[in-house]
Amino acid sequence: MLSKSQARTFFLGGTIATFAVFLGLSWTSMSTEVPKRTHEENLTPQVINGKRIWEANNCMGCHTILGEGAYYAPELTKVYERRGEGYMKAVLTSKTPWAPRGRKMVAYAFSDKETADLIAFFKWIGEIDLNGFPPKPDLKK
Amino acid sequence: MKYKSQKVAYWFFALSMLLLFLQIVYGFIMGFAHMGYDGLHSVIPFNTARAVHTNLLVVWLLSGFMGAAYYIIPEEAENELVSVKLAYIQLITLALVGVTAIVGYHFNYWEGRKFLEIPRPLDYLVVLNVLTFLGIILVTLFKGKKRTTTSLVLTMGLVFAALLYLPGMVWFDNQTMDSFFRWWVVHLWVEGVWELIMGGILAFLLIKITGVDREVIEKWLYVIVGLTFISGILGTGHHYYFIGVGKTWLVIGGIFSALEPLAFLAMALFAVSMYRKGEKKHPNKIALSWTLGTAIVSFVGAGLLGLAHTFPPVNMYTHGTLVTAMHGHLAFWGAYGMIVFAIIAYTMPNMTGRKRYDSAAGAWAFWLSNIGMVGMTAAFGVAGVAQVYLERKVGMDFGDVQKEIQVHFFILICCATLFTTGVSIYIYEFIKYGRPTDEALEPAKATGSVTT
Repeated sequence: MLSKSQARTFFLGGTIATFAVFLGLSWTSMSTEVPKRTHEENLTPQVINGKRIWEANNCMGCHTILGEGAYYAPELTKVYERRGEGYMKAVLTSKTPWAPRGRKMVAYAFSDKETADLIAFFKWIGEIDLNGFPPKPDLKK
Repeated sequence: MKYKSQKVAYWFFALSMLLLFLQIVYGFIMGFAHMGYDGLHSVIPFNTARAVHTNLLVVWLLSGFMGAAYYIIPEEAENELVSVKLAYIQLITLALVGVTAIVGYHFNYWEGRKFLEIPRPLDYLVVLNVLTFLGIILVTLFKGKKRTTTSLVLTMGLVFAALLYLPGMVWFDNQTMDSFFRWWVVHLWVEGVWELIMGGILAFLLIKITGVDREVIEKWLYVIVGLTFISGILGTGHHYYFIGVGKTWLVIGGIFSALEPLAFLAMALFAVSMYRKGEKKHPNKIALSWTLGTAIVSFVGAGLLGLAHTFPPVNMYTHGTLVTAMHGHLAFWGAYGMIVFAIIAYTMPNMTGRKRYDSAAGAWAFWLSNIGMVGMTAAFGVAGVAQVYLERKVGMDFGDVQKEIQVHFFILICCATLFTTGVSIYIYEFIKYGRPTDEALEPAKATGSVTT
């Protein structure tokens, strides 16, 4: 029967081993995969400022991006491709709450520069290689 | 209660209950908004309610864990807390930082990263606060007479939780990197070190309530926390499927996160078998219900419902939908909400000297809150699955789908009302217990663990 010291060895050994593998895999991801898959060369100051605006207004509190966030408003990973610049600009600069089907978005009334930065951010996000996410609706007629 | 300083725990529990109540209020705001009743939009828009709801969750659980540690560590280490005054200062500052953050969320002052919305300047105060807490706990432990496995596992969980807060405080230009390290905090907390805290509290409760030999309980505690880390650390991969990192994570995350339920299964089997093995003489039946309840509900909520959408081909469709909310609610309630309720139910009679532990109200609180939460989980589940099919399979527009699933939020609110009734009864009982008192101190027993 398992003794207490064997149980402790199982805990410590298992933890150290899996954590070492985790660090190794993380390092590989960060050093080789992320720069390529996210096209880090396109990470312009404009895109970075777009991310800043995205965070400063907690857009993730309603929307998801890369599938992460809240489930109150649409997934925005492919919004650039889906809606195009004109539509996005209308939503982002609107002075009254944008409310498709009655569900309201805060009226941020972003400036032209802020809007351009956010759009650049979404364009960059849309080009990341996400292993096939979001999936194509396969039952669509 | 064996040491006067254990009374500090009461105030942490009181803060915990207050914040839980507020969390529920904001939950209702969101539930109604999903149904189309967003009358508060101009004052409390959804993103504010959401940030408040999840952050209050984190703070009330942490406050509960801290209270638990302030109660358990003196008893296990056989030593008074080294500074009660510092512990009260830590409590007050924790409340202040928490309240400032929550108020700030109403004025667009935050860092919009899911679960880590607390703005950077306040992060430093959180770090300072947690360091104070850890200082008190560690010094008490190392000056104490005993270092039991239970106290070490609990402390290890708390120390790692503090360390893992740090990767969340780094700015990344790249959203993928940002997300990658955000999960080091969020995932490694809730599917890693928090389980150590939960395991430590659970072991303490089982030792006290069942009377089973400490050596047996603590041996299994090591096995459980071992399973937790072996599955949970690499299980982080299930958050890395679709965020812009490589395919290796699909395999690693898929395999290891599928093993995560084992830790919760072990915890459930452990609690039930220790109860069966034990003497069943302890009078605090309410604490026993919550203790066994947390072990079982966490297995269902965190273990099984997590497994339900953890495989990459499934997660491809469920990622970023209400299916996640379904899993999240029962998991947090079962694993962490209920363990805090269990330790409060166990300690209140000991701290106040009032033996109100067999009241009908206590049983109502347990059953109503659990039935309510199971119902809420079902409502989220139905809404989530419908959303997945309509939006991800059929290709309907997001907004049209939301209209279709509104009715499930009505059911959600009904079940949430049951849940809230249960929780309110629990809080009412908490208040009825009154304040802790030195008169509740146990006299030192000749054969007990208190040395003379």
